[in-house]
Amino acid sequence: MSLPDGPADHRRHHHRHRKEDKEDEVRRMLQTPHPSVPADLCDRAAAHGARLLRRRRALRRTGWLLLTAAALCLTVWASATQPWDPPPADRTPPLIGW
Amino acid sequence: MTGPHTLALYEDVSDRQTATRRRRAREFEAFVAGAAPRLLHAATLLTAEPPTANPHAQRLLTAALARTYAEWDRLRGEDPYDRTRQELAARFARAARRHSRPRGGLLDRLTSQERLILVLRLYEGVAEEQTAALVGLPEERVRAICARAVAAMRDTAVRETAARVMTVQNATVQDAAARDAAGTAADARGARTP
Repeated sequence: MSLPDGPADHRRHHHRHRKEDKEDEVRRMLQTPHPSVPADLCDRAAAHGARLLRRRRALRRTGWLLLTAAALCLTVWASATQPWDPPPADRTPPLIGW
Repeated sequence: MTGPHTLALYEDVSDRQTATRRRRAREFEAFVAGAAPRLLHAATLLTAEPPTANPHAQRLLTAALARTYAEWDRLRGEDPYDRTRQELAARFARAARRHSRPRGGLLDRLTSQERLILVLRLYEGVAEEQTAALVGLPEERVRAICARAVAAMRDTAVRETAARVMTVQNATVQDAAARDAAGTAADARGARTP
């Protein structure tokens, strides 16, 4: 059990208040008049953003295209060579029951 | 599918894309009109430039806003302001070394890291843990750096006030001395005249 208004509490309160006061002081220092925004800032940002979007879309399209081409190549190659067939024996089987 | 049908479908999709683009542009413009002054002020504080000549801050903000524009359709309820601020902070942190040279702004005396944390914590009011996540440091470090930056800012403020007071005092003292000298001379004249 502790008394709510002990000296330590007082000190802590005091400390916290001091810290907040200091922060408030600096906060007020930061509240200077805002710089004026150039009129074309929005248009420039939108144009740049649209460029980013286009680039991203082109990149995605190229990726899909490559993936599809790779899948197609694999299919064609697999159906041509049929690698799942056992390889032809390179040695004649032994002659039994001749 | 026959030719005219394909063309109609194409035109339909194209129309829809144009409408989406137009809507995005309109929403983005409204957002920028509301948010840009505050964000540009934050960026100018970060780059430590004077508010009247802030090309670096403008470039930083334009790049961050462009990113927000590109992700506009995928925000899904996320606040575009938060998103832009996050991008701004990340961009600034990446290029922090370029912004370490003093440029005559308000936070000129601070390091770029101190500036970033001070602006996020005190100007933007971002919570300590979010700031820590944005900057990539533990919370205790953020708290310590913020306290250091606050102390540095108050120190410079105190020193500037002291300098101003000193100037005023010096002027007063000089005035008084001049008055004294004049008075003494007058007294001397007064003593001599009779």
